[in-house]
Amino acid sequence: MLQSKAVEITVGVFVALGLAALFVLAMRVSNLSFASLGNDAFYEVRAEFENIGALKVRSPVKMAGVTIGRVGAVEFDSNTYNAIVVMRIDKHYDRIPDDSGANIYTAGLLGEQYVGLTPGGSEEFLKAGTTITQTQSAVVLEQLIGQLFYGQANKDRDARQ
Amino acid sequence: MKEAPGDQPLVRIRDLSFHYGERVIFDHVDLEIPRGKVVAIMGPSGCGKTTLLRIISGQIRPRSGSVVVDGLEVPSLSRAALLALRKRIGMLFQSGALLTDLSVFDNVAFPLREHTDLPQRLIRALVLMKLEAVGLRGARDLMPAALSGGMARRVALARAIALDPMMILYDEPFTGQDPISLGVLLRLVRRMNEALGVTSIVVSHDVAETASISDYLYVISGGRVMGQGTPQTLAETRSEWVRQFLDGSPDGPVHFHYPAPDYAEDLHGGSAAPLVST
Amino acid sequence: MIGALRALGRKALGFCERLGRAHVFLAYTLLGVPESLYRVRPLFYQVYAVGVLSIVITVVSGLFVGMVLALQGYNTLVDFGAANSLGIMVALSLVREIGPVVSALLFAGRAGSALTAEIGLMKTTEQLAAMEMMAVDPLRRVIAPRLLAGVLALPLLATIFSAVGVYGGYFVGVGLLGVDEGAFWSQMQTAVDFQNDVLNGVFKSVCFGAVVTWIAVFEGYDTLPTAAGISRATTRTVVNSSLAVLALDFVLTALMFD
Repeated sequence: MLQSKAVEITVGVFVALGLAALFVLAMRVSNLSFASLGNDAFYEVRAEFENIGALKVRSPVKMAGVTIGRVGAVEFDSNTYNAIVVMRIDKHYDRIPDDSGANIYTAGLLGEQYVGLTPGGSEEFLKAGTTITQTQSAVVLEQLIGQLFYGQANKDRDARQ
Repeated sequence: MKEAPGDQPLVRIRDLSFHYGERVIFDHVDLEIPRGKVVAIMGPSGCGKTTLLRIISGQIRPRSGSVVVDGLEVPSLSRAALLALRKRIGMLFQSGALLTDLSVFDNVAFPLREHTDLPQRLIRALVLMKLEAVGLRGARDLMPAALSGGMARRVALARAIALDPMMILYDEPFTGQDPISLGVLLRLVRRMNEALGVTSIVVSHDVAETASISDYLYVISGGRVMGQGTPQTLAETRSEWVRQFLDGSPDGPVHFHYPAPDYAEDLHGGSAAPLVST
Repeated sequence: MIGALRALGRKALGFCERLGRAHVFLAYTLLGVPESLYRVRPLFYQVYAVGVLSIVITVVSGLFVGMVLALQGYNTLVDFGAANSLGIMVALSLVREIGPVVSALLFAGRAGSALTAEIGLMKTTEQLAAMEMMAVDPLRRVIAPRLLAGVLALPLLATIFSAVGVYGGYFVGVGLLGVDEGAFWSQMQTAVDFQNDVLNGVFKSVCFGAVVTWIAVFEGYDTLPTAAGISRATTRTVVNSSLAVLALDFVLTALMFD
């Protein structure tokens, strides 16, 4: 049987290893640094889209390719039949013109969708509660493909006649 | 009319029945164990001797009947009361049942540490005293795996008397011992009884050895008490069955052969295929 | 026909009876858990037995699983030009599923079977009965610290497994296959959420630890006191706890990741 001292030391090492692994998972693997931001570390702006495609809560909000925030909520407006996306933007980025446009892009052909902000020229900046008006909806792949096939079929029919 | 508790037998079993599934182990058995005596319970293997010890110590409940130990009706005790009773009963298991991850010293100290708040020094003194009583004070730092069977039983005996019980139950203490260990164990069982005044119940099928240290004998078989008495009276018994058991005769009321059809008939007609093909 | 039905019925009744006993057993054991919390030394020893002794197998398996994930994932993703998402794939599959599940399966084979054999042997050699005769409840003294140790050790093992696996994937993906290092980590960080992915994975392994250890100690405690009984109980521990982990994983996944 092992000395109780040796047992205690190895158990201590074991627990330390486990906690270190959790720390790695937290800081290196996951977005804890972002998710753990308190309520006052970001501000919320809204944007209305006709179609958000596959955009989800926690999808990134990027500007010039840099992640500056995340989608906090996605709601449906039953009056306009549009989607309302609530974006939480890091407090550090407080000098974004309030006439910036919001588009929904796809990372790669099949990648995840994100909100891309393109800066406007206004002197006023986005702040909590602002609604972005200039929006462009997601490109829905199925629609594109459908249109493509529809067009092709029409062409074929024209050719046969 | 009420007897004084001191005159009552320590264990009184009335009308005890117990079954394992379909098998009858005890069929309306009556037993009494007087205080301060060594009582042996003997019988062939598998007759339920160990089961009897388990019933007395409340590890299993009988189907019916009454088991009174020191004035307490064991089968109907609450768990707490049962545990309290068990602190006053020591039990020596067939294999010794030492805790394999504790040393000899810690094994004997185990019940003291569990049930008392004695300071370390006092526990040490008590443990050494108990180990000295079984002659194994020098083996206190060994692990159970390093002990011979006889030594393991002696350590277990030291552990069983650690809390100074009123009664010790021995489960087959003499089985498979060499003559020297056997002699040591026999002397210890008797000495525990005389020195500590404890009541001892010895379950065994080693007739001669057990009879030599017992004050009273019960012979059990087939779920019933076949004979009882002091070793002297039992030696003069008329019961053929008890005679055969005590003498160890190969044939008697208990037949050598397991019940079977006639041998010659079995050889010739029993199997469909002939033994020698023609 | 009637005979077969009767056998089936008896099997089912036996199963229910065992299940009931396992729950009563668990309830009594849980009563002893608070006590084991401040009996530190036996608890340490059990964490050592089930946890520390399982580290090596966990680390080695985690490393290889991570490496295989990267290799397989790369071959699939590269066809879609999404090799940069390799980090996401490796990390998410490890943290959410493979880490907790595979480490639980390893735990069942390494620590669970040892627990069953140990307790089964203690029962066979009458040590548990001897404790009862000394008015010490073996459920509190023997079973409770082991159950607690299992619940504590498996989440730590699963976390180590996932972390090592991520680095195994990093080694293969970035080191051997040439995925961009920055993309590997940054995409991973954007996609993996600490609370929803990492902590949920840890929660899963807490559940697995409880279930595997529960099955292991119950099988040991309920074993027939013979050599054949112990060997059967050990096998049953590994089979039953593996099945329980996989089934429970489905339930937990359905509940947690909608």
